[in-house]
Amino acid sequence: MVRASYTSSSSTTNNMLLNAVNIEKSYAGVHALRDASFYLRAGEVHALVGENGAGKSTLIKVLTGAVVPDSGEISLDGAKIIENSPSISKSLGIAAIYQQPALFPELSVAENIAVGQETAGVFGIVHWPKRKQRAKELLNRIGARIDPEQIAAELSMPQQQLVEIARALGANARVLILDEPTASLSEDDTRNLFRVIRELRASGVGMIYISHRLEELPAIADRVTVLRDGQTIETHEMSDISSSQLIRLMVGRDLSGVFPKREVRRGDVVFELRGFGSREAGIRGIDLTIHAGEIVGIAGLVGAGRTELAKTIFGLVPPDAGVMLLRGMQITIGHPSEAIDLHISYLPEDRRRHGVVLDLPISSNITLASLKDLSGFKGMNFRREKEIAAEYTRRLGVKTPAIYNAVSTLSGGNQQKVALSRWLVTQPAVLILDEPTQGVDVGSKAEIHELMVELAEQGVAILMISSEMPELLGMCDRIAVMNGGTIAKMFERTDATQDLILSAALGH
Amino acid sequence: MATIGKTYRREISAAAALVALLVIVAVAAPSFFAPGNLRDLIINNLPTLLIAIGMTLVILVGQIDISVGSQFAVCSVAAGVLAKTGLPMPLVFVAVMLIGGLMGALNGTLIGWMKLPSIIVTLAMLVMWRDALRWTTEGAWVQGLPENFQWFGLGQNTGEILIFAISLLLFVVFGWSLRNLIVGRTVYAVGSDAEAARLAGINSSNVVFWVFVVMGALVGVSALLNAIRFSAIPGNSGVGLELKAIAAVVVGGVAITGGRGTLIGTVIGVALLGTIGTALTFLGINPFWEKAIQGGIILAALASDVALGRLEKNGRSDLAATTSPA
Repeated sequence: MVRASYTSSSSTTNNMLLNAVNIEKSYAGVHALRDASFYLRAGEVHALVGENGAGKSTLIKVLTGAVVPDSGEISLDGAKIIENSPSISKSLGIAAIYQQPALFPELSVAENIAVGQETAGVFGIVHWPKRKQRAKELLNRIGARIDPEQIAAELSMPQQQLVEIARALGANARVLILDEPTASLSEDDTRNLFRVIRELRASGVGMIYISHRLEELPAIADRVTVLRDGQTIETHEMSDISSSQLIRLMVGRDLSGVFPKREVRRGDVVFELRGFGSREAGIRGIDLTIHAGEIVGIAGLVGAGRTELAKTIFGLVPPDAGVMLLRGMQITIGHPSEAIDLHISYLPEDRRRHGVVLDLPISSNITLASLKDLSGFKGMNFRREKEIAAEYTRRLGVKTPAIYNAVSTLSGGNQQKVALSRWLVTQPAVLILDEPTQGVDVGSKAEIHELMVELAEQGVAILMISSEMPELLGMCDRIAVMNGGTIAKMFERTDATQDLILSAALGH
Repeated sequence: MATIGKTYRREISAAAALVALLVIVAVAAPSFFAPGNLRDLIINNLPTLLIAIGMTLVILVGQIDISVGSQFAVCSVAAGVLAKTGLPMPLVFVAVMLIGGLMGALNGTLIGWMKLPSIIVTLAMLVMWRDALRWTTEGAWVQGLPENFQWFGLGQNTGEILIFAISLLLFVVFGWSLRNLIVGRTVYAVGSDAEAARLAGINSSNVVFWVFVVMGALVGVSALLNAIRFSAIPGNSGVGLELKAIAAVVVGGVAITGGRGTLIGTVIGVALLGTIGTALTFLGINPFWEKAIQGGIILAALASDVALGRLEKNGRSDLAATTSPA
């Protein structure tokens, strides 16, 4: 079928360069992509937009061969790519430039551009002047004034990006994937990058352009495809669609989920931030109050500073501005142990790496943050550990034959319940949850939500970071939307809608 | 010129330390520079230099090999045993290189292909080869070597010149190749960022495998060139050789994390650490201080690495901030 379209491609599909059809990919039963399809023309800039977790990154990884899809087809120039890998896609002329440049930090610019592109064979001789000359030419082509002999680690971020583009050009890339290229660029650097992109477009390179900055798309993109929940929703000519229409397409899902949220009387203010910030974490000017029994949500795009805010509160990153108050008393937290002593708990985002210790038994995981209370003159009180572990596995419904099994034997949802148990043992007054139901099965998710409500009823102040819009809207009393390291907007439960939240997150 | 100073600043600071040491010795004990003494010093350190050349490759590619001392002992004994069977010396040379290469290939398979951590793999090999050898030889020396074994049967003078020439040749070949062959640059690329190398189409596993093979072959050469200086071969040679080689490489400015460094630095490192012991004797200092001073130099080299690394990072603070994990 793809081959058939190839025969007529020159006339009907306008120089179709890259075609992805019905791509599916799931991780541990969770769909990252389902039925994603789109095609790229030669000489166009094709924007790819979608919320966090819509599947953009996975799609890019599939195209570059870094991830093998479960099903679906990719073809280049009408020829099907059967077995893909990073080196195969590269040799076919597909290049990707990620948010974090992948240069060799210790090597020179010229060498970075040359690595893997010289045809002389492994025992070929490196012709240094030629390397330098070639690097200079490629950099000149994109108008980058960078010394080919400079060490890559010494370059600024935009410079590194330009080197990567030069490298892609040197590999005769015909498909260039740019993943949020302007995320860390100044206005000048952005303008320069756009100039380079336009020149590449004129020379026939097809570009996939991923960005959260919807306002820059009309200036650079020809077409735009919206991804939502792993599916490609619609493709439009950029000139035919406004950013508010795009936002509607990005969020346009039914709020079908049922949430156990119950009204809890808003108690006294438990936790408060005033002008809180940290340059190291990239957050600033945060004003936030959480009352007893309240669930406050934090929405925002990846990189908006949500996790950084949680880490700064918890003492993982030092704050350098503003004050933090617990029940009206000013507090400072220099280390997570001090936060725990103050009954402030943080359930981290990356469960497998930070939330649990996979190889330790369930019991040890549950008591890990409370060892001080369990040990004394006579060493660890293992009987007490067993009691606590048994109590919490029962209370949270952790499905396991024995509390001495390693956490790695549990499903994702049950691992998350163990991670949560660890913090409940510390009797938190303030509980910060970072993506508490990410990658968790539906049943466990509902149980975690129910537990959140119970905790709120007991007067715990909860701060929940989530990228899942229905969860935020369904569970939270108020929703703070972060953008650029600060709280851009605050919504009451009754006022919040998906459109409003995403608009605020995008900085509109 | 400024660029050269910056690129090679670690080599330059190691060279400065060496010059300083030589100046002190020149003032306090000029007899150190007697031709005979210098000649002994150089010949004594050439086997270490050959190991350090291989170790430079291993560390550049981001790995470590602490089994070289035991491999060295195996190769030394093998050289003697093979020579006693009447095998001509050129063939003994080739055979010992092959034996070393095979031991390296075993390391390379486990580390490059099976992705096991090099420090554990080579620690196991360190113990295994050493004890296998002890079990086989029961600690006995290889004695009664044929006439043509010591100094290749050419006499001490010619023999030493030959050892020097072979070492120099290997040094030049490896130094030139690392800089000027694609395969040499590949070693740097893999050590700098293995994932980026993979994305650039480089087969990192293959590169690591062959680096260990080359390391082993160099151990073979080193063992033979060391063994022919004596009339008998001890069953336990090469103890602590891995530390000497790694120390010289690090002192010479090769980053222990891989991807940065040169053989020029390594030769300076070998010279600096090799000179200290003799220099202490000439300065009338108790030679028991040698190891302590060597340790101090290694720490100083690492500390300056960290300090310089920090400075670089601060210079790029804008980058660090924008690439902090989301």
